[in-house]
Amino acid sequence: MSDLDVTTPPVTRTQIVRFAGAAGDFNPMHHDEPFAQAAGQDSVFAMGQLTAAILGDAVAAWLGRDRLAGYGVRFKAKVLPGDDLVLTGAPVDGEPGRYELQAAKADGGEVVLTGWATTRA
Amino acid sequence: MSVSTTAVGKRYPPTVYAVGREKIREYAMAVGETNPLHHDVEAARAAGYADLVAPPMFCVVYCAPALGPGLFDPEVGIDFARMVHGGQQFRWGPLVVAGDEITTAVSVTSISEDGGRRYFVFESVSTNQAGDTVCVGTWTNIVRGA
Repeated sequence: MSDLDVTTPPVTRTQIVRFAGAAGDFNPMHHDEPFAQAAGQDSVFAMGQLTAAILGDAVAAWLGRDRLAGYGVRFKAKVLPGDDLVLTGAPVDGEPGRYELQAAKADGGEVVLTGWATTRA
Repeated sequence: MSVSTTAVGKRYPPTVYAVGREKIREYAMAVGETNPLHHDVEAARAAGYADLVAPPMFCVVYCAPALGPGLFDPEVGIDFARMVHGGQQFRWGPLVVAGDEITTAVSVTSISEDGGRRYFVFESVSTNQAGDTVCVGTWTNIVRGA
Protein backbone atom coordinates (compact mmCIF):
# COMPACT_ATOMS: atom_id res chain seq x y z
CA MET A 1 0.00 0.00 0.00
CA SER A 2 1.32 3.41 -0.89
CA ASP A 3 1.38 6.23 1.67
CA LEU A 4 -1.48 8.70 2.01
CA ASP A 5 -0.80 11.98 0.22
CA VAL A 6 -3.90 13.97 -0.72
CA THR A 7 -4.47 17.69 -1.18
CA THR A 8 -8.02 18.83 -0.40
CA PRO A 9 -9.96 21.61 -2.08
CA PRO A 10 -9.91 24.87 -0.08
CA VAL A 11 -12.12 24.97 3.00
CA THR A 12 -14.88 27.53 2.36
CA ARG A 13 -17.21 29.50 4.61
CA THR A 14 -20.08 27.63 2.99
CA GLN A 15 -18.50 24.31 3.93
CA ILE A 16 -18.03 25.52 7.52
CA VAL A 17 -21.70 26.55 7.68
CA ARG A 18 -22.77 23.26 6.12
CA PHE A 19 -20.77 21.39 8.73
CA ALA A 20 -22.25 23.54 11.52
CA GLY A 21 -25.69 22.31 10.50
CA ALA A 22 -24.63 18.73 9.90
CA ALA A 23 -22.77 18.38 13.19
CA GLY A 24 -24.89 20.74 15.29
CA ASP A 25 -21.99 23.04 16.19
CA PHE A 26 -23.37 26.57 16.26
CA ASN A 27 -20.53 28.28 18.09
CA PRO A 28 -20.68 31.72 16.39
CA MET A 29 -16.87 31.78 16.22
CA HIS A 30 -17.23 29.49 13.20
CA HIS A 31 -19.93 31.28 11.20
CA ASP A 32 -20.33 34.89 12.45
CA GLU A 33 -17.52 37.05 11.03
CA PRO A 34 -18.15 40.17 13.21
CA PHE A 35 -18.33 37.94 16.30
CA ALA A 36 -15.05 36.19 15.43
CA GLN A 37 -13.28 39.48 14.69
CA ALA A 38 -14.54 41.05 17.91
CA ALA A 39 -12.97 38.06 19.67
CA GLY A 40 -9.63 38.87 18.05
CA GLN A 41 -9.70 36.40 15.17
CA ASP A 42 -8.84 37.35 11.58
CA SER A 43 -12.01 35.64 10.37
CA VAL A 44 -14.24 32.70 11.13
CA PHE A 45 -12.31 29.44 11.13
CA ALA A 46 -13.12 25.78 10.68
CA MET A 47 -14.15 23.65 13.62
CA GLY A 48 -11.43 21.25 14.68
CA GLN A 49 -14.06 18.56 14.20
CA LEU A 50 -14.36 19.48 10.52
CA THR A 51 -10.62 19.20 9.95
CA ALA A 52 -10.52 15.95 11.94
CA ALA A 53 -13.39 14.61 9.84
CA ILE A 54 -11.73 15.58 6.55
CA LEU A 55 -8.56 13.76 7.60
CA GLY A 56 -10.58 10.85 9.03
CA ASP A 57 -12.47 10.36 5.77
CA ALA A 58 -9.24 10.42 3.78
CA VAL A 59 -7.79 7.82 6.12
CA ALA A 60 -10.91 5.65 5.79
CA ALA A 61 -10.62 5.83 2.01
CA TRP A 62 -6.93 4.97 2.23
CA LEU A 63 -7.07 2.09 4.74
CA GLY A 64 -10.66 0.91 4.09
CA ARG A 65 -13.76 2.08 5.95
CA ASP A 66 -14.38 -1.33 7.51
CA ARG A 67 -10.74 -1.82 8.55
CA LEU A 68 -10.35 1.48 10.41
CA ALA A 69 -10.43 0.57 14.12
CA GLY A 70 -8.88 3.53 15.88
CA TYR A 71 -8.09 7.16 15.19
CA GLY A 72 -6.67 9.96 17.26
CA VAL A 73 -5.88 13.60 16.56
CA ARG A 74 -4.28 16.56 18.27
CA PHE A 75 -5.36 20.01 17.20
CA LYS A 76 -2.36 22.22 16.41
CA ALA A 77 -3.54 25.28 14.50
CA LYS A 78 -6.65 26.94 13.08
CA VAL A 79 -7.83 26.29 9.52
CA LEU A 80 -9.13 29.44 7.81
CA PRO A 81 -11.40 29.80 4.78
CA GLY A 82 -9.27 29.42 1.66
CA ASP A 83 -6.82 27.00 3.23
CA ASP A 84 -6.30 23.80 1.32
CA LEU A 85 -4.81 20.97 3.28
CA VAL A 86 -2.20 18.36 2.49
CA LEU A 87 -3.17 15.11 4.23
CA THR A 88 -0.39 12.59 4.72
CA GLY A 89 -0.08 9.22 6.37
CA ALA A 90 2.41 6.39 6.54
CA PRO A 91 2.85 3.09 8.40
CA VAL A 92 4.70 3.27 11.71
CA ASP A 93 7.90 1.20 11.52
CA GLY A 94 7.78 -1.87 13.73
CA GLU A 95 4.11 -1.46 14.63
CA PRO A 96 1.97 -3.42 12.16
CA GLY A 97 -1.50 -1.93 11.74
CA ARG A 98 -0.51 1.49 13.08
CA TYR A 99 -0.17 4.63 10.96
CA GLU A 100 0.93 8.18 11.68
CA LEU A 101 -1.01 11.04 10.15
CA GLN A 102 -0.76 14.75 9.57
CA ALA A 103 -2.75 17.59 8.04
CA ALA A 104 -0.86 20.72 7.04
CA LYS A 105 -1.67 23.87 5.10
CA ALA A 106 -0.69 23.53 1.45
CA ASP A 107 0.43 27.16 1.52
CA GLY A 108 3.29 27.51 4.02
CA GLY A 109 3.13 24.02 5.48
CA GLU A 110 1.80 24.91 8.94
CA VAL A 111 0.70 21.69 10.66
CA VAL A 112 -2.93 21.88 11.77
CA LEU A 113 -3.46 18.29 12.96
CA THR A 114 -1.28 15.38 13.92
CA GLY A 115 -2.72 11.97 14.51
CA TRP A 116 -2.63 8.21 14.24
CA ALA A 117 -4.85 5.43 13.00
CA THR A 118 -5.01 1.69 13.62
CA THR A 119 -6.56 -1.06 11.55
CA ARG A 120 -8.29 -4.26 12.63
CA ALA A 121 -6.14 -7.36 12.64
CA MET B 1 -4.82 28.61 42.03
CA SER B 2 -4.66 24.86 41.50
CA VAL B 3 -7.32 23.14 39.47
CA SER B 4 -10.20 21.42 41.24
CA THR B 5 -10.36 17.68 40.63
CA THR B 6 -13.58 16.98 42.54
CA ALA B 7 -15.42 16.15 39.31
CA VAL B 8 -13.09 13.27 38.37
CA GLY B 9 -15.12 10.09 38.09
CA LYS B 10 -18.38 11.97 37.67
CA ARG B 11 -20.84 10.34 35.27
CA TYR B 12 -23.52 12.07 33.24
CA PRO B 13 -26.89 10.68 32.15
CA PRO B 14 -26.65 8.60 28.95
CA THR B 15 -28.24 10.00 25.82
CA VAL B 16 -29.81 8.14 22.91
CA TYR B 17 -29.21 9.26 19.32
CA ALA B 18 -31.24 7.82 16.42
CA VAL B 19 -29.03 7.68 13.34
CA GLY B 20 -30.89 8.96 10.29
CA ARG B 21 -30.14 8.19 6.66
CA GLU B 22 -30.45 11.82 5.58
CA LYS B 23 -28.27 12.94 8.50
CA ILE B 24 -25.51 10.63 7.29
CA ARG B 25 -25.84 12.06 3.77
CA GLU B 26 -25.87 15.63 5.11
CA TYR B 27 -22.78 15.00 7.24
CA ALA B 28 -20.89 13.22 4.46
CA MET B 29 -21.72 16.07 2.08
CA ALA B 30 -20.45 18.67 4.58
CA VAL B 31 -17.14 16.88 4.99
CA GLY B 32 -16.74 16.29 1.26
CA GLU B 33 -16.96 12.52 1.63
CA THR B 34 -17.95 10.89 -1.66
CA ASN B 35 -17.77 7.18 -0.74
CA PRO B 36 -21.06 5.59 -1.96
CA LEU B 37 -21.35 3.72 1.37
CA HIS B 38 -22.42 7.07 2.86
CA HIS B 39 -24.78 8.17 0.07
CA ASP B 40 -26.17 5.19 -1.85
CA VAL B 41 -28.32 2.69 0.05
CA GLU B 42 -28.00 0.06 -2.67
CA ALA B 43 -24.20 0.35 -2.63
CA ALA B 44 -24.18 0.03 1.16
CA ARG B 45 -26.44 -3.04 1.01
CA ALA B 46 -24.34 -4.58 -1.75
CA ALA B 47 -21.33 -4.18 0.56
CA GLY B 48 -23.15 -6.09 3.28
CA TYR B 49 -24.53 -3.29 5.46
CA ALA B 50 -28.17 -2.87 6.47
CA ASP B 51 -28.25 0.78 5.40
CA LEU B 52 -26.04 3.83 4.79
CA VAL B 53 -22.78 3.63 6.77
CA ALA B 54 -21.79 6.55 8.99
CA PRO B 55 -18.42 8.18 8.23
CA PRO B 56 -15.84 7.57 10.98
CA MET B 57 -16.08 10.96 12.64
CA PHE B 58 -19.89 10.86 12.67
CA CYS B 59 -19.22 9.67 16.23
CA VAL B 60 -18.91 13.35 17.14
CA VAL B 61 -22.56 13.80 16.12
CA TYR B 62 -23.97 10.99 18.24
CA CYS B 63 -21.64 11.76 21.18
CA ALA B 64 -22.25 15.52 21.27
CA PRO B 65 -25.52 15.45 23.24
CA ALA B 66 -23.88 13.26 25.89
CA LEU B 67 -20.75 15.44 26.11
CA GLY B 68 -22.49 18.79 26.57
CA PRO B 69 -23.44 18.45 30.25
CA GLY B 70 -19.86 17.55 31.22
CA LEU B 71 -18.23 20.27 29.13
CA PHE B 72 -20.48 22.89 30.68
CA ASP B 73 -20.55 21.43 34.20
CA PRO B 74 -19.50 24.18 36.67
CA GLU B 75 -17.96 21.50 38.87
CA VAL B 76 -15.63 20.58 35.97
CA GLY B 77 -14.99 24.28 35.43
CA ILE B 78 -13.76 24.58 31.82
CA ASP B 79 -13.14 28.23 30.92
CA PHE B 80 -13.94 28.28 27.21
CA ALA B 81 -12.44 31.74 26.73
CA ARG B 82 -9.06 30.23 27.67
CA MET B 83 -9.34 26.98 25.77
CA VAL B 84 -6.31 26.57 23.52
CA HIS B 85 -6.70 23.24 21.82
CA GLY B 86 -6.99 19.59 22.59
CA GLY B 87 -7.22 16.18 21.10
CA GLN B 88 -9.47 13.19 20.61
CA GLN B 89 -9.01 9.46 20.32
CA PHE B 90 -11.52 6.87 19.19
CA ARG B 91 -11.70 3.09 19.16
CA TRP B 92 -14.46 1.76 16.96
CA GLY B 93 -16.41 -1.47 17.01
CA PRO B 94 -19.06 -2.51 14.47
CA LEU B 95 -19.85 0.22 11.95
CA VAL B 96 -22.79 2.51 12.70
CA VAL B 97 -25.51 2.49 10.04
CA ALA B 98 -28.70 4.46 9.46
CA GLY B 99 -31.46 3.12 11.69
CA ASP B 100 -29.16 2.41 14.64
CA GLU B 101 -29.96 3.82 18.05
CA ILE B 102 -26.75 4.78 19.81
CA THR B 103 -26.63 5.20 23.58
CA THR B 104 -23.67 7.22 24.84
CA ALA B 105 -22.49 7.60 28.42
CA VAL B 106 -19.84 10.15 29.39
CA SER B 107 -17.62 10.37 32.45
CA VAL B 108 -14.80 12.62 33.63
CA THR B 109 -11.56 10.62 33.37
CA SER B 110 -9.02 13.12 34.67
CA ILE B 111 -8.42 16.76 35.45
CA SER B 112 -4.83 17.88 35.82
CA GLU B 113 -2.54 20.87 35.55
CA ASP B 114 0.90 20.95 34.01
CA GLY B 115 3.08 23.85 32.94
CA GLY B 116 0.30 26.41 33.32
CA ARG B 117 -2.15 24.33 31.30
CA ARG B 118 -5.18 22.49 32.52
CA TYR B 119 -6.17 19.18 30.99
CA PHE B 120 -9.79 18.06 31.15
CA VAL B 121 -10.29 14.52 29.86
CA PHE B 122 -13.65 12.85 29.25
CA GLU B 123 -14.45 9.33 28.12
CA SER B 124 -17.52 8.41 26.08
CA VAL B 125 -18.79 4.87 25.59
CA SER B 126 -21.34 4.39 22.81
CA THR B 127 -23.35 1.22 22.29
CA ASN B 128 -25.86 0.28 19.62
CA GLN B 129 -29.30 -1.25 20.09
CA ALA B 130 -27.76 -4.76 20.03
CA GLY B 131 -25.47 -3.89 22.93
CA ASP B 132 -22.29 -3.77 20.83
CA THR B 133 -19.77 -1.10 21.77
CA VAL B 134 -19.46 0.96 18.59
CA CYS B 135 -17.18 3.72 19.86
CA VAL B 136 -15.05 4.53 22.88
CA GLY B 137 -13.90 8.13 22.74
CA THR B 138 -11.30 10.05 24.77
CA TRP B 139 -11.83 13.81 24.59
CA THR B 140 -9.06 16.09 25.88
CA ASN B 141 -9.65 19.80 26.34
CA ILE B 142 -6.65 22.00 27.14
CA VAL B 143 -7.17 25.35 28.84
CA ARG B 144 -4.65 28.04 29.73
CA GLY B 145 -4.32 28.55 33.47
CA ALA B 146 -5.75 31.71 35.00
